[in-house]
Amino acid sequence: MVSHLPEKQKTYQLKLPSQSDNLALIRDMVSKIATQVGFDNDESSKIELAVDEACTNVIRHAYPQSPGQVIDVLIKVDANKLMITVSDKGKGFNPDTVKVSDLAESIRAGRRGGLGLRLIKTLMDKVDFQIQPGTKNQVKMVKYFS
Amino acid sequence: MEGFEVNKRDNDNVAILNLKGYLDAHTAPDLESAFQQLIDTKSYNIVVNFADLSYISSAGLGVFMGFIEDIRKNGGDIKLSSMKPKIYRVFDLLGFPTLYDILDEEEKAVAKFKDAGEQS
Repeated sequence: MVSHLPEKQKTYQLKLPSQSDNLALIRDMVSKIATQVGFDNDESSKIELAVDEACTNVIRHAYPQSPGQVIDVLIKVDANKLMITVSDKGKGFNPDTVKVSDLAESIRAGRRGGLGLRLIKTLMDKVDFQIQPGTKNQVKMVKYFS
Repeated sequence: MEGFEVNKRDNDNVAILNLKGYLDAHTAPDLESAFQQLIDTKSYNIVVNFADLSYISSAGLGVFMGFIEDIRKNGGDIKLSSMKPKIYRVFDLLGFPTLYDILDEEEKAVAKFKDAGEQS
């Protein structure tokens, strides 16, 4: 589902069931849009991975017991940036309390969580969380054109 | 869109897993099964060849975290080889090179096991 606005801003939206077999489809769309609007392959692959991580968090944590809920991926492109918002209406989380420990400690503790958030923050220029559990949780990620 | 394949072969006492396609939250369970089969057969010297892997997310990296302690406790290791730069970057961003041997060629990864065997 793609719509092009006549103004400088372009908007694209994809709504899919929260199932892991849809991740490849989401990545494919995101990387094609990023390339089409002018990012090189290196930057496109960073955006693709960040969106995958955000959607994987929705599938695994927002709707852990109920696959098939909606993941909403909204992409807006204007003259100086690409902004992606991944939304769900699931469990939500507090991004400030997600433990992002170092790798050795995570392995010792048998904990794998937090890696995705760390990647998102590293790969994108700006990340913002708006969490209202059960109502609307959003991760907004921005990549500026260099 | 390509899928994911993991194929096993042996080089003396080293098990080699060839990964192909994309490794994400959907396909990571296939790799977990492959590691579990190796552990079940007490194959603890493992090289993972990434030459044909085109994509990885943290869900894929989590598999390597989940098995490494068990394998090292049994005297083995997971050594990683032949990554494309795009794949290596993800491992690097999360700090893997300090804890895992990552080699540019499979032969070098296999040789590390053989060298260790000769020294012990």
